[in-house]
Amino acid sequence: MKVTRRNFIKISGVTATGLFFSQLGFDLSPVSAYAQALRIKGAKETTTICPYCGVGCGIICHSSRGKVINTEGDPDHPINQGALCAKGAALYQWVVNENRVTTPLYRAPGSSKWKSVSWDWALDEIAKRVKTSRDKGFVKTNAKGQVVNRTDSIAHIGSAALDNEECWTLQAMMRALGLVYIEHQARI
Amino acid sequence: MTNHWIDLGNSDCILIMGSNAAENHPISFKWVNKAIEQGATLISVDPRFTRSSSKAHIYAPIRSGTDIAFLGGMIKYILDNDLYFREYVAEYTNAAFILTGKYSFEDGLFSGYNSKTKSYDRSYWAFEKDEKGIPKKDSSLKDPRCVFLQLKKHYSRYDLDKVSAITGTPKDALVKVYKAYAATGKPNKVGTIMYAMGWTQHTVGTQNIRTMAMIQLLLGNIGMAGGGVNALRGESNVQGSTDHCLLWHIWPGYLQTPKASKATLAAYNESATPKTNDPMSANWWSNYPKYSVSFLKSMFGNKADEKNGFGYQWLPKVDDGEDYSWLSLFDEMYKGKFEGFFAWGQNPACSGANANKNRKAMAKLKWLGNVNMFENETGSFWKGPEMNPKEIKTEVFFLPCAVSAEKEGSITNSGRWMQWRYGAANPPGKAKPDGEIIVELFDKIRKLYKKDKGKFPEPVVNLKWDYATKGKFDPHKVAKEINGYFLKDITVGDTTYKKGTLVPSFAFLKDDGSTSSGNWLYCNSYTEKGNMAARRNLKDSSGIGLYAEWSWCWPVNRRIIYNRASVDSKGKPWNPDKPVIRWEGSKWVGDVPDGGWPPLANPDGTPNPKSKYPFIMKPEGHAHIFGPGRPDGPFPEHYEPLECPVEKNLMSSQFINPTVQLFGTEMDKFFTCDPRYPFVGTTYRVTEHWQTGLATRWQPWLLEAQPQQFCEMSEELAGLRGIKNGDKVLVESARGKVTAIAIVTKRFKPFTVMGQTVHEVGLPWCYGWVHPKDGGDSSNLLTPSVGDPNTRIPETKAFMVNVRKA
Repeated sequence: MKVTRRNFIKISGVTATGLFFSQLGFDLSPVSAYAQALRIKGAKETTTICPYCGVGCGIICHSSRGKVINTEGDPDHPINQGALCAKGAALYQWVVNENRVTTPLYRAPGSSKWKSVSWDWALDEIAKRVKTSRDKGFVKTNAKGQVVNRTDSIAHIGSAALDNEECWTLQAMMRALGLVYIEHQARI
Repeated sequence: MTNHWIDLGNSDCILIMGSNAAENHPISFKWVNKAIEQGATLISVDPRFTRSSSKAHIYAPIRSGTDIAFLGGMIKYILDNDLYFREYVAEYTNAAFILTGKYSFEDGLFSGYNSKTKSYDRSYWAFEKDEKGIPKKDSSLKDPRCVFLQLKKHYSRYDLDKVSAITGTPKDALVKVYKAYAATGKPNKVGTIMYAMGWTQHTVGTQNIRTMAMIQLLLGNIGMAGGGVNALRGESNVQGSTDHCLLWHIWPGYLQTPKASKATLAAYNESATPKTNDPMSANWWSNYPKYSVSFLKSMFGNKADEKNGFGYQWLPKVDDGEDYSWLSLFDEMYKGKFEGFFAWGQNPACSGANANKNRKAMAKLKWLGNVNMFENETGSFWKGPEMNPKEIKTEVFFLPCAVSAEKEGSITNSGRWMQWRYGAANPPGKAKPDGEIIVELFDKIRKLYKKDKGKFPEPVVNLKWDYATKGKFDPHKVAKEINGYFLKDITVGDTTYKKGTLVPSFAFLKDDGSTSSGNWLYCNSYTEKGNMAARRNLKDSSGIGLYAEWSWCWPVNRRIIYNRASVDSKGKPWNPDKPVIRWEGSKWVGDVPDGGWPPLANPDGTPNPKSKYPFIMKPEGHAHIFGPGRPDGPFPEHYEPLECPVEKNLMSSQFINPTVQLFGTEMDKFFTCDPRYPFVGTTYRVTEHWQTGLATRWQPWLLEAQPQQFCEMSEELAGLRGIKNGDKVLVESARGKVTAIAIVTKRFKPFTVMGQTVHEVGLPWCYGWVHPKDGGDSSNLLTPSVGDPNTRIPETKAFMVNVRKA
């Protein structure tokens, strides 16, 4: 019998004893599915789309107490129908990863190390630098005397990893600041 | 993609060229396999025998950078053997248009070339027009000046001997590919192309793709189920980030960034709006002012009105004829132009061509803002190889952000599906979603401008910026703004749309300031009916897997674009087994049609003047077999890569693309046919790593599977250099060097090019010095900073290297 995750959860209640014995029959796959099912029991289920390539596979995230505890292919998604590649299957480790940076960092001129800083300080300091650089490098008219109203002293790249709504908001901010050097992954 | 992933399963012949879908878009193979199960032929053309090749019925090796020669030979084969779809070509493309006497082509150059500026005067490539100003056509395709016969003449030069000598592809493999693919020229047979960066990253990148688009038109494969021209996009939202135009040359929805010469909104709209005198042409871009004004209303809200040109002056203008793209940006940064730089969710220290130049350029900045999840080679450039932190004055701010599953919003896949995703958890520690960072940063900047004034504060203080709910970035508010609102009560027919309600589709947008839409292409995505991108209804009555109620797709949920070319003049599908749309007497059924006009002909065969030609985005309504809009020529022509292993171009005395622009710093070194760099180099990815590896190298599962930089080479080349499988080797180009582990393989074979043996090697570009410590550095240290003249995408798929034992 082919036991998928979803129908397994439904039948596991009545077949738990049988499963114990099926181990003796050396078929461990239902047992490992059962163990997986226990792992996500009672977890919140939300859907997401894989953040890697552009296929757009569906993934289910299981979370508990504000933490992701499992990710797996979404069987209802019409493109991937539950399947994932090596990267998509490793989404869990992108989310739950001790190497992630968890606080803003600052590196001073000439320094050889990072220093942890607060968000307020970091964003205040960046805002001041944006204003100073913009005011200094703002070009009202070009060499031909045409009005251009642009900021030639700041450039921006990124990002195809952002959500649509973030991309739109980011371009609005950068364009309002007068930047013309705005680029991202689509160019490379 | 003109089509979408599931649609691959509808194809009769799939060409994978310029991509390696099995490894880089693995789940696409679910649908490739489905097509194969139903009898489709799979073709793989690649310098290396990849996992895609291993599944293919036909594999043809090709020397990197010679795709136009390969495909030009296919055009010749199709025309010589009359395998093109005649009715489609004559009626739906510009094959029947007549060129003026000014057009010519000689020895690799089209007419109108200026050798000083290395550019063309495109007025030389115009069509003859009748007294009404409509292009003259000869549907019999017999006029010697018609596009069709000029095409035939152009590609008559691409014979098998020449093509094989250039590409290194054996002649029998060429014929096998041509024969199999050209079989889709029958009306009910459909072929498709899956391409990616293997086509774009060349100095002839755009023309690579155009050659294939022309083949698709000749075979009548555009608009069809199982057809189209399909770019496999490498990032989950690179489609969406392009649509919303985080790019210098376009505003959201592919509107043009204004040039300095367009002093007023009226002048801008006038120049950006194409015109036609043909009543049969929909010329969809004639709606341009409605989209540009609606965009400005989304940008500046109530502050934008008719008196101030809807805020047109508040947005920056670029100088006419100047380029501000990626390569130019880093060139200017290297020359010290910028004080500040944001590297937001991107790692140019590894992803950019000639990465050494980018790394050195960043040391000239005063400050750098780096938003990311992991420490990376960009944010930490100051402590990288050959850097002395003490001497680097750049201040760096690293801002930690949330990953996809920790926030809510939408992304758009290659098939243009906008899919909503939900936050499953909170980001760790103090990390924040990018949206929150954007809102908080701009709040602070705006506060400074309100307090201290400063230069030209108007756009900063007038930007509509109400996208927070309870102080937090709210993606729903932005998604609604992107869709757009009615800004006053508007009555259309019998229906009154209330001020403040969401616009149902872009057909309702206005150029008088009474509507807003942050991106007209996404108008219809979030309406009074709800958030279309969040839909999860699996009902599919199309029979061809359109899944019209699953998520949402631009434009207006049309799943296959140019679909009005999938039917004959009476609206009957060319392929009745897999119809995309069909005319049922009074209406179209199936996919959302490319415009609702009736078919070109009435049931009795007489022309219907109420109809429109199918290619509605082109001013003349016909697809471009002859492409007069491209800066490097109306027909694709083979030129060698900037760095190549041959001393001449067999097709003409123009060695490289004559419109390529080169940068002049000491970091921009190029060597062609130089004995120090005798081997062709190319780059690619592996399944387990993504782009620079920034979001995969930190995962133990993935890193264990692919732990370090490697260089793949043939047994013959390894023998020549005394290299054994597993040896450490040094790969060097004019610009940099990379240490790698040798993989000696049968997957690469030496090419015979113009009678000479040419070796090619390949390296993934997924590694960097930050992590893992012994994993090697980016192969983009080797690649050249030279771009395609259309897109300025760098030529990172064909360059010259040396390989030796380390």
